[in-house]
Amino acid sequence: MERETALLLYRRMVQIRKFEEKLYQLFLTRPMPGSMHQYNGQEAVAVGVCAHLNRDDFITSTHRGHGHCIAKGASIRALMAEMFAKTTGCCRAMGGSMHIADYSVGMLGAMGIVGSGMPVAVGAAWSSQYRRSGQVVACFFGDGAANEGAFHEALNLAGVWKLPVVFVCENNVYGFSTHYRRVTPVENIADRAASYGMPGVVVDGMDLRAVFDEAATAVDRARKGEGATLIECKTYRYMGHSRFEKAAYRSSEELDEWRKRDPLVLFRDFLLGSELVDAGELEGIDADVDREIEDAVDYAENSPDPKPHDYRQYIFKVNDEFPTHHQKES
Amino acid sequence: MSYVLANEVRPIFPGVLGLMPVKKIVDALNQALREEMDRDERVVLLGEDIGVFEGSYRVTEGLHAQFGEERVRDTPISEIAIIGAALGAALTGLRPVAEIQFNDFLACGMDQLCNQAAKIRFMLGGQVTVPMVVRAPYGATGRAAQHSQSLEAWFVHTPGLKVVMPSTPYDAKGLLKTAIRDDNPVLFLEHKLLYGATSPGGKAQTAVQELGEVFTPAPDEEYLLPFGAADVKRPGSDVTVVATGMMLHKSIKAARELAGADGIECEVIDPRTLVPLDRETIIDSVKKTGRLVVVSEDVMSCGVTAEISALVAEHALFYLDAPIRRVAVPDTPIPFAPVMEQAVIPQIGDIIEAVKSVVYR
Repeated sequence: MERETALLLYRRMVQIRKFEEKLYQLFLTRPMPGSMHQYNGQEAVAVGVCAHLNRDDFITSTHRGHGHCIAKGASIRALMAEMFAKTTGCCRAMGGSMHIADYSVGMLGAMGIVGSGMPVAVGAAWSSQYRRSGQVVACFFGDGAANEGAFHEALNLAGVWKLPVVFVCENNVYGFSTHYRRVTPVENIADRAASYGMPGVVVDGMDLRAVFDEAATAVDRARKGEGATLIECKTYRYMGHSRFEKAAYRSSEELDEWRKRDPLVLFRDFLLGSELVDAGELEGIDADVDREIEDAVDYAENSPDPKPHDYRQYIFKVNDEFPTHHQKES
Repeated sequence: MSYVLANEVRPIFPGVLGLMPVKKIVDALNQALREEMDRDERVVLLGEDIGVFEGSYRVTEGLHAQFGEERVRDTPISEIAIIGAALGAALTGLRPVAEIQFNDFLACGMDQLCNQAAKIRFMLGGQVTVPMVVRAPYGATGRAAQHSQSLEAWFVHTPGLKVVMPSTPYDAKGLLKTAIRDDNPVLFLEHKLLYGATSPGGKAQTAVQELGEVFTPAPDEEYLLPFGAADVKRPGSDVTVVATGMMLHKSIKAARELAGADGIECEVIDPRTLVPLDRETIIDSVKKTGRLVVVSEDVMSCGVTAEISALVAEHALFYLDAPIRRVAVPDTPIPFAPVMEQAVIPQIGDIIEAVKSVVYR
């Protein structure tokens, strides 16, 4: 990994971590609209995969989408404004945490229903293959999604059509409250790849470098037209399932064990050990991101609220080129 | 009741450009697909048995041979993936047309259609457009409860989807072309008995009784029909009858009998698209006739007949001279035995009875 890449990836992980920590604090201390699902602990997955994607490559995200947005290069200001339900939000206050996404950086949406982004990713990959655009699609989903029917149908179609998609399973151990082993009869979700005629690999999802290396192989394979890969990243979510959910179904010892392998700490230690960078540079990035997050909060606070009927313009796209929409409000 | 295909339909556009108009909906749809694929290489087809086999109702006949495997893709039996793949393709520059073999199977892909495709532009604050069409046959043809439903109300009830139900070759072609060019997800529902082709099994004799001039052929030329524009298939002054698909033709037949035997003139309106719905044409007609009968092949509760009745009750109640009557399937799955199936599907006699009941002399 080159120095510039390493610094960018470090910055991305810090951005995600600090974005999530700021949000948690905001939700504790002031009224915030809706709920949220946080990504802390899983940073290495989104960042390690998106490191290999171009701006015009696509990703599909999930209900736990903040990290995917940041990793793909979405504006922190627009993300924060979306959390505040402001018109400057990336989704114009129409999506919130659950559907947070920025199409301009190749996000096809954050689907709030488990597994639902997977067939959509396959369709985008089909489109890329048909248009011969060379675009690759990374499809993020969780261990819970691997038990949805959509998982099976998506991987099957991607396998049989040899589509340029990388399925990235973020196995963060729990589907809401339920340990994946209680509801999944195989140790590794990646083992299921064999059923779909594609490689399946298990990777340490806390280790950015490990994710980075496996994703490189998978993205390269997709880009060369050799088909899909299923990567299972073993990772962990630090927070409860949603906003203030306490995660009483797991022990504090378990959380501590995972935290010992925190993705930011691991990567920071690697960088300092490798002498690619010095501590001052990383502290500089940390401080930089602090300012960026504060700026985003200011931006969001000072942005306009939507008007009550703004939603109407988003139900249908009105096409002026030919007559389709004759309907009048009654 | 025996249906025969109306082969004697008089072409209304004889000899346009030397090409014959097509008299069957199956051919009209095929022509619409072919024309749109010719004009726009972003238009691609996917579905079960649509390629090599050319479609279980023959709508895609010849298209795999003409446009090839890349543009006419046979899929696994996999409705979640079919609809989801159409959505993903629509979000990334294509204009896919997916075929779902029976509208009943839409239930398997319901999340992709109703939670994803219908809402993604909305949830993303207008960042994306979703130019996709999902075509599916509907209607009862002796195949029992899981292959006979008319499920349009499910989708009318899902904001973000447009819902189209053509009743003639002319409408089918013009509306499908419009659907393909629309930037929103469109559900295009096709009545099996109106296709004019038999299914490979040969069981569903698809034919219509004495359709006559309202079963308008589709000219072999370029034209688009607007969404949200109802068509008055038969003008009249005594009763407004609103119906779609096969029920439109039964209503026309009923109207002819009523005009001949009873001197009652029905104004028969085909909304053609349920979303968007041309409310004005329906309301204006009721204001003129003072009476409304709504006919549909979906079930009664929360169905299309309920919606149109409510619309008129809200906007034209004081123009009504009689209670609104609905003719629809009672709240039951469609039974198998022909005698039971036909007992629940609205018949011409049911429509006649309903019309008579609201016309006091």
